[in-house]
Amino acid sequence: MLVAALVAPALAQDARRAYVVEDDAIRESLTGKPGDAERGRAIVGNRQVGLCLLCHAGPFPEERFQGNLAPDLSGAGSRWSEGQLRLRIVDAASLNPATIMPPYYRTEGLDRVARSFAEKPIFSAEQIEDVIAYLRTLRD
Amino acid sequence: MNRRLGALLLLMATQASAEIPEAERRSGYHDMGASVQAMQDDDMANPAMLWVLDGEKLWAQRQGAAGRSCADCHGEPSRMTGVAVRYPAFSESASRPISLDQRINQCRTEQQKAPAFDYESRELLSLSALVAMQSREHKIAPPDDPRLRTFLEAGAATFNRRQGQLNLSCAQCHEDNRGKRLAGATIPQAHPTGYPIYRLEWQSLGSLQRRLRNCLIGMRAEPYAYGAPDYVALELYLMKRAAGMPFEAPGVRP
Repeated sequence: MLVAALVAPALAQDARRAYVVEDDAIRESLTGKPGDAERGRAIVGNRQVGLCLLCHAGPFPEERFQGNLAPDLSGAGSRWSEGQLRLRIVDAASLNPATIMPPYYRTEGLDRVARSFAEKPIFSAEQIEDVIAYLRTLRD
Repeated sequence: MNRRLGALLLLMATQASAEIPEAERRSGYHDMGASVQAMQDDDMANPAMLWVLDGEKLWAQRQGAAGRSCADCHGEPSRMTGVAVRYPAFSESASRPISLDQRINQCRTEQQKAPAFDYESRELLSLSALVAMQSREHKIAPPDDPRLRTFLEAGAATFNRRQGQLNLSCAQCHEDNRGKRLAGATIPQAHPTGYPIYRLEWQSLGSLQRRLRNCLIGMRAEPYAYGAPDYVALELYLMKRAAGMPFEAPGVRP
């Protein structure tokens, strides 16, 4: 079993929480509590915040333009456990180095990040947990 | 070494992702709606022609301490036929490749003894649109110049380099996922066939470097400064990658 501990450096603006990767999952909530599915849906549907629908389609009949670069989010909650979803959002490249899925909670090892985003993860820990809570509701 | 072998070695050295086979190369023109295509095709409807008209006036105006116009040295704009399709090109005085915009400014400062135009200024875009239009229907023909090789390699490396908070490379979208939809937009193959372009999103004419800057900002990467060698190397690589494709400047894009 692969067990890797990552201790995030202390950051002034968005202190990232430490997490533990086991197999292909992060089992523990980054905030220590479950997220809110309704807030998660709003994040996923927002092109400026979640960016998700640029690449993924999903059950958002009110959103006219959805991407097709990545799998449809419908059924994501059946395909993946909560912990598997968490690692895929936090740092999908740790599972597939060639992925186009951005690292939503990793800031190390990135190149030429714009100054306004430097040292900041795309999502906060709370946003990640909210998105996971929403994706878990998407069952086939 | 002949050109094809050189290009092959360059690809082997630098290409990590799926190179687009020649038969599958297509201009972004073919990915846009019929109304935008019609706008590009008709000079009376193509908004870029307003810049071209300004460019014609500038071409004939005596400028700078030397009191010389472009026409005084070059003659009619039509004498510029075939020039834009071979830029960026190596500049002896700069000891590196320069873009067409930089070449125009080199004429300004060295021949006309006039101050360089700002990047993306109306004047510079007008002159580059005028010069670029003279190569319409010509094939993109990057110079076969050994001095360009290291810069081409640098451009290819930039194209394949993951950048920004979203950790994407140019190649991941424009080669691996070409033709798919990023939200509502078809991802083009990133061939610089029509620059400078009138982009409806900008409501203006703009250079290839402005377009590259848009992509970098979208990736949440730090854009390079206009005129930076990184941009010119990337332009050089993109032109090489599009070698043989018909030039359609000034293009219109959504």
